Amino acid sequence: MALAQATDRIPSDVGAAPREGAFTRWVSANAPILLLGLVLLLLPSVASDFILNQIVGWTLILGMIALSLMFLAGFGGMVSLAQMTTAGVAGYMITVLGASSIPTISLFWPWWVAAPLAIIIAIAFGTLAGALSARTEGIYTIMITLAIAVAFFNLTLQNWSIFNGFNGFTSVPAPTAFGINWKAPIPFYYLVLVCAAASYAAVVYISRAPFGLALQGVRDNPRRMAAIGYNVIAHRIAAYTFAALIAAVGGILMVWLNNQISPGTVGIEATIDLLVIAVVGGLGHPIGAFVGAFIYVILRTFALDALVAVGLDGRRFQTIIGLGFLVIVLFSPDGVIGLWRRWFARARRSGARSDR
Amino acid sequence: MAMATDNVAADSGMLHHVRRGDALARWIGRHPVWSVIIAAAVLLLLWLVFAPWPAGFEEVFGRKRLFINALINGITLGGLYFLVASGFTLIFGLMRNVNLAHGSLYLFGGYMGYEAGEWTGSWLFSYVVAFVCCAAIGVAMQVLIFRRMEGQDLRQTLVTLGLALVFSDLMVWVWGGNAFQITTPDWLAGPVRTPIVVALRSSGEAVFLQYPRVRLVIFLAAVVIGIAMWLALNRTRIGMIIRAGVDDRDMLSVLGYRVQLVFVTVFAFGAGLAGMAGIVGGTFQSISLGEDSHFLLASLQVVIVGGMGSIPGAALGALIIGLAEQFGLVYFPSYATVLTFLIMVVVLALRPQGLLGRR
Repeated sequence: MALAQATDRIPSDVGAAPREGAFTRWVSANAPILLLGLVLLLLPSVASDFILNQIVGWTLILGMIALSLMFLAGFGGMVSLAQMTTAGVAGYMITVLGASSIPTISLFWPWWVAAPLAIIIAIAFGTLAGALSARTEGIYTIMITLAIAVAFFNLTLQNWSIFNGFNGFTSVPAPTAFGINWKAPIPFYYLVLVCAAASYAAVVYISRAPFGLALQGVRDNPRRMAAIGYNVIAHRIAAYTFAALIAAVGGILMVWLNNQISPGTVGIEATIDLLVIAVVGGLGHPIGAFVGAFIYVILRTFALDALVAVGLDGRRFQTIIGLGFLVIVLFSPDGVIGLWRRWFARARRSGARSDR
Repeated sequence: MAMATDNVAADSGMLHHVRRGDALARWIGRHPVWSVIIAAAVLLLLWLVFAPWPAGFEEVFGRKRLFINALINGITLGGLYFLVASGFTLIFGLMRNVNLAHGSLYLFGGYMGYEAGEWTGSWLFSYVVAFVCCAAIGVAMQVLIFRRMEGQDLRQTLVTLGLALVFSDLMVWVWGGNAFQITTPDWLAGPVRTPIVVALRSSGEAVFLQYPRVRLVIFLAAVVIGIAMWLALNRTRIGMIIRAGVDDRDMLSVLGYRVQLVFVTVFAFGAGLAGMAGIVGGTFQSISLGEDSHFLLASLQVVIVGGMGSIPGAALGALIIGLAEQFGLVYFPSYATVLTFLIMVVVLALRPQGLLGRR
C-alpha cells in the first residue's frame, strides 16, 4: 500500500507556545480547515446560485462519496470501486421509495421514511459488498468491487420493474421539511455543507479513535493485528459499513441536486471517475477527497470551453482526465495533497535557512 | 501394481509422475459422491441435448430449440471469453498486474481487425494485424511503464485504469460511436446442420438444429488455442520458465533467466490474444463503444470464478460465465447479470481463490 500513507497530523507548535490553552492550539493546528469552513459558510452572500450548487455543492457531494473511498483506501488499504455504486443504491432507493416522475414504480412515501430507509438499504448493500471483498487484499479488492459495480450498472440498465432501465428517474427534488424548501439553492447548499462537514469530521475523528487506529494497523500488517487478537475481517467489514453511510448520504444529495438518476450515474465511467478523484486529491488525508472533487468539477465544468479555446476538440475531456490521473499516479502517488505537502515542507525549510 | 506406484507417488509427493488416467481414477476414488453427481449431471445433459423432449417438458423449460440454442450459445460465448480472459489471467499470474486496460486491448484489436479486413479483404490476415498491433501496445506498456514500478501492484493497477480511460476516449475519437460488424468470410458463412434433434414434425420426421458455422469453428479454434497454451505451459521449456516465474519470480531471476524478457513476452502474448478475441467478438456480435468495459467485466468474472492466474481455471470460468449469461438471457432476461454475479458471490464465499486457483 504505497499509496496509503498514515495521516500524519500537522505538527502543532507545542514547543513555541507551551502556555497556550488546548483550544487555541487546536485552532492554530487546524487553521486552514477552519478558514475554509468560514469561507464556505459565508459563500452564499457573494456567490451566484450556479456556483453555490453546481460548483461548490457538486464538489462537496462528490467529495463525500470520494471521502468514503478515501476512508477505505487510505485508512483501510482497501481500494473499493463499489462506493459510487453504494451511493447509487441510496439514490435509486430514495427515488423508488420517495417521489419521482414514474408513479408506477415510486411509492411516494414521505421523506422521513424514504431517506432513512434508503440509507439503511445502501448501508446493507455496502456492508455486503465489503463482506464479499474483505477476505481479499489489494488488487483482488479492486477486481471484486469493480465486478460488483459493473454488475449493478448492468442490472439498472436491464431491469425495468425497479430501476426503470435505461431511462432511470427524473423529477426527484429535495423535499420540503421543517417549513424550509430544501430545493431552493441556499438551503440546499447549507444542507450539503452540513452533511459534508459532518462526514469530514467523522472521518477525522474515527481515524484517531481506537477503531480507526486498529484499522490502520490492519492496513499495515493484517497478520500481526490478527496475532495480537484483533478480528481483521470484522474491522474491514465495519469500515465498509461506515464508508457506506457516508456514500449513501452523498448519493441521496446527488440525486436531489441533479433532480434525476439513471444507469449512467453508477456507470463504469462514474465509478472510475470517483477513484480518479480520490487518487488525484490524495489518499493520505480526508481533505484530499474534496480537493480532488474540486479539481474534477472545475475541469468538468470549464474544460470543454478551455479545450475549444485552445483549438482542441472539447469532447476529449476524458483523455485529459485520464492523462492527469496517469501523471499523478506516475509522479506523485500521494496526490495533490502530497504535492502541496512537499512544496510546503520545502518552502518551510528554505524559509528556515534564510532566517538563519 | 498400479496401487503400489500410486502409494509411492503420493507418499513421496511426486504427483507429477502419475499418468493422467491414474489421476482421474484416484480423484474418483477420493470423491465418490461428487463423481456420481457429476456423472449423473453429464448424462442428464447429454439426454437433454440429444433425446427428443417428452411433452410435459416443454411446458417447464420452454421450447427445446431455445434451450439448445442457449446451451450452444453459452458454450461458444465461453470460448470467446476464454480467449480474452486467458491473456488476462496469464499476465496477472506472472506479473501480479491486474491489467484493467485489457478490455481496451480487446476493443482495439477488434477495430484494427475490422480496418485490416476492409483493407485487404482477408479475414485470417486481420487476425495477424490485430495480434501484432495489440502485442506491440502490450510490449510498450510493459517496457515503458510497468517495468519502472515492479512490485507495486496497486500503482500498476491504477496506471492500467488511467490507460483504459485514455484508450477508450481515443478510440471514440477515431472510430466514433458506431457499431462495426466484421463480415464472415464466405467459406464460413451460413448455417451447419448439427445432429441434435430439436423437435419432431407431425409426420414423425426429426428437425435438426441449424447453427452458424463460424461460431462452431471459432469455438473449436478457442479450444485448440487453449490446449496449445496448456501444452506450451506444461510441456515446453518456455512454459516451465513461465510457471517458475508465477511461483517465484525472484528465484527465477537469481537462477540467471532474463525475467524481463519473459515478462515482455507474456505481456505481448496476452495482449495479442485479447486483440484476436476482438475480431472474434466482432464476428460473433459487433464491436462498438462500451464493449471494452463489457469484456473487462467478463474477464474479471471469469478469473474470479475460475481462479486467478490459472489457465484451466480460465477455461472453466469462461464456460460457467458464458452459460450463465445465455441461460439468464433466455429464462429471466431482467435479472441475467444478477445470475453471473450470484455465481461469483457463491464462489467467493466458498473458495475465495477461485475454483481452480491456488492460494
